[in-house]
Amino acid sequence: MNGAGPNSVSAGQAGWLLVQRDLRLALRRPGEWLQPLVFFLVVTTLFPLATDPQLSRLRDIAPGALWVAALLSCLLALELLFREDGQDGSLEQLAVSGLSLSWLLLAKCCVHWLLTGLPLVLAAPLVATAFGAPYAAIPAILAALLLGSIALSLIGAVGAGLTLGLRRGGVLLALLVLPLAVPVLIFGARATALAIALEPASAPMYMLGAIVVLSATLAPLGAAAAVRISLE
Amino acid sequence: MLRGLSFSLEAGRCLQVSGANGAGKTSLLRALAGLLPLESGVVNWCGFDTRKDHYTFHRDLAWLSHGPGLKGDLSAQENLRFSAGLRRILGRAQIDAALARVGYGNSDRRLARHMSAGQQRRVALARVLLLDCALWLLDEPTSNLDSHGQDMFGQILSAHLEGGGLAVISTHQPLPLSAGRVQALELS
Repeated sequence: MNGAGPNSVSAGQAGWLLVQRDLRLALRRPGEWLQPLVFFLVVTTLFPLATDPQLSRLRDIAPGALWVAALLSCLLALELLFREDGQDGSLEQLAVSGLSLSWLLLAKCCVHWLLTGLPLVLAAPLVATAFGAPYAAIPAILAALLLGSIALSLIGAVGAGLTLGLRRGGVLLALLVLPLAVPVLIFGARATALAIALEPASAPMYMLGAIVVLSATLAPLGAAAAVRISLE
Repeated sequence: MLRGLSFSLEAGRCLQVSGANGAGKTSLLRALAGLLPLESGVVNWCGFDTRKDHYTFHRDLAWLSHGPGLKGDLSAQENLRFSAGLRRILGRAQIDAALARVGYGNSDRRLARHMSAGQQRRVALARVLLLDCALWLLDEPTSNLDSHGQDMFGQILSAHLEGGGLAVISTHQPLPLSAGRVQALELS
């Protein structure tokens, strides 16, 4: 019998295997993870059409439009995080795998961010330029969105775990996650506004970094506890 | 749901849990697996409380719920590589051998969502084999299996018990095992 024999898998190998599995599944269903990116691009494209097209006005609304669209786009993607694994019994198998469920869920969050958060970061230069942001501001906007999207994926995992068993958990998920995501929105928008004004944005950026560290430490534990409760 | 329940199981023996629908068979298995909390009482495995050290217990446990636990967009081989592979380093030959033992054709590269319910069950049983664990907790393992499939299940279960393994199985079907190997638990 196996037990913890020489063939047993380390936590790192198990996490990597889960990352590979989720990436392969995503490649076979590209529509699911393209949806949040399309939403982000559509919303940010509609804003300039609905407001005064003067460049100075666009620059003023850019931080708010960019970050609200990014936040809603992340929320849209969160429902996908554990839903299918919960329905097909894969989460149960993870829960009795003899490995840390927090670690395995962190691996799932990484894939989720790669598929739904990273595309937003990569699309940000295009969107920021469309809002008239100076080129010198792009690196700081990218960095803020990079940190913010990681934090949103991690924070959202707790809400996704709690609403796992609910048939229409989308609204409840938004209600649970939004209050926790507000600091990310505030500091992210502030960093973007300072970057566009070509002023140093290090203070809100440090805060975003601190939120990422805090959520990377606590969110997997919270998500694992939430998933265990939902599986009962 | 379940009160006053106590049993012990020795190596090489199988506990068959039976009872009417809703009697609590699945709940009992989920509670044993640690997926349902206990209001009171303990589940001991090899002398230690499974709730206190569930990692060690789960490393000895192969769990099969009434759903197959397969990803619809992966083939049988991929499903086994990614699910059983979380517990053991597996080669392609081992996966193919397990699929052959449960009677699933190795040349079949269909995605799980295109398989019949019986074929999905066979692949799920192949995962149980690949985990190579001492304790099997199986919820209705023969559901959707044809007569050949039920014979196959009898053979792999016998081999598991002869090798010193244990099994707790909820099923309405009689198990094809000698009387000395089976312990019955009827829930009411």
